[in-house]
Amino acid sequence: MYTQSMDTDPETRNPVAKVSAVGRPEEQRFQATVDAEGKIEPRDWMPEAYRKTLLRQISQHAHSEIIGMFPEGNWISRAPSLKRKAILIAKVQDEAGHGLYLYSAAETLGQSRDEMMAALHSGRAKYSSIFNYPTLTWADVGMIGWLVDGAAIMNQIPLCRCSYGPYARAMIRVCKEESFHQRQGFDIMLSLSKGTADQKAMAQESLDRWWWPVLAMFGPPDADSVHSGQSAQWKIKRVSNDELRQKFIDATVPQAELLGLRIPDEKLKWNTQTGHYDFGPIDWDDFWRVVNGEGPCNKERLAARVKAYEEGQWVRDAAMAYAVKRKARQHKEAA
Amino acid sequence: MSEDEKQGGTGGRRPLVQEWPLWEVFIRSKQGLDHKHCGSLHATDAKQAIQMARDVYTRRNEGVSIWVVPSNAITASDPGEREAFVDPMADKIFRHPTFYELPDEVKHM
Repeated sequence: MYTQSMDTDPETRNPVAKVSAVGRPEEQRFQATVDAEGKIEPRDWMPEAYRKTLLRQISQHAHSEIIGMFPEGNWISRAPSLKRKAILIAKVQDEAGHGLYLYSAAETLGQSRDEMMAALHSGRAKYSSIFNYPTLTWADVGMIGWLVDGAAIMNQIPLCRCSYGPYARAMIRVCKEESFHQRQGFDIMLSLSKGTADQKAMAQESLDRWWWPVLAMFGPPDADSVHSGQSAQWKIKRVSNDELRQKFIDATVPQAELLGLRIPDEKLKWNTQTGHYDFGPIDWDDFWRVVNGEGPCNKERLAARVKAYEEGQWVRDAAMAYAVKRKARQHKEAA
Repeated sequence: MSEDEKQGGTGGRRPLVQEWPLWEVFIRSKQGLDHKHCGSLHATDAKQAIQMARDVYTRRNEGVSIWVVPSNAITASDPGEREAFVDPMADKIFRHPTFYELPDEVKHM
């Protein structure tokens, strides 16, 4: 997982003003490289706004991977079988790995890991709002894999061709692993849908809660999406929020039918003319409420993250002190 | 516990002592291939960096051998002088085998 296509930084919310006049020679060379599908590497010249946009997007993405471990991690000790438990541990470990790939990519843009951590822990940095919803049942773990990771894949595949080399390479690695995540989620849903009446009801109840927040993950409609223009010019964002959302719905509806689950949208209907599903309006007020900190679990997630970090501080300090001491001893012996 | 912590103050929380050093990670995906750069990570020393690189970058048989190098030990060429420094040598076409015309009688060379 899991970027969320939105721009919450007021500084760059005015894309028209930010679209550069492309005047200076280095700027022209930069844009020519991007236009020709070339890659920008860390020490190449890049516009300051490009660097800032990427830094914000990649670090938000990394934070989302890290916070994303919490809703699933809660279920490791409650997984219904040893097999499911082993799978879930591997999945959560992958999410940690994805966070690390992405922090590593973000650091190439000149911000330290500590600064990024501080931004997350103070609440200044955002992460995907989907993790501010609770995982109340085991079906929710399936739902995160099937729908949340499924939505993430839609979003992340075009990012593999992003103009910034380290981000594109990290995304290739992430996408390879993400497919396992979605399938294990679907597998959980499949088991529940073939199960008892209670298990089926649990699956349906879970879908009823997750469907709309997952659609919102793709970000505001294109008409209101403020930074898409510039990001498209820079080839950071290559497919629009609405296109990705439509693609996700078209792919997911038949899967829900196969599971025998009803998608909670009265207006959902196949449109023979467009060749896509029509769907009902998304509650953007709810989305922004959650983004701005009023979701069901915002405080809990951040508090859990800060607690884990603070409680691990002595371990990090001790490991560093040990390494310094050993190095000093080696120097002494060598002398 | 420090006096400050006992009093429940947060002022005593030290600023981070020291960020763990940054290491660049190189992986050989299979015997016979070169090690290839795949990313970076933070670790206290080389031994820990190798262990972490295994956990972060090789969870699915991606590698049979790992190198870690302190990031600050790498000296790189200047991308700003790429064109002058990494000259494509376009004027020295005789460096390429296609420069030479062979008689038809020579089938393979």
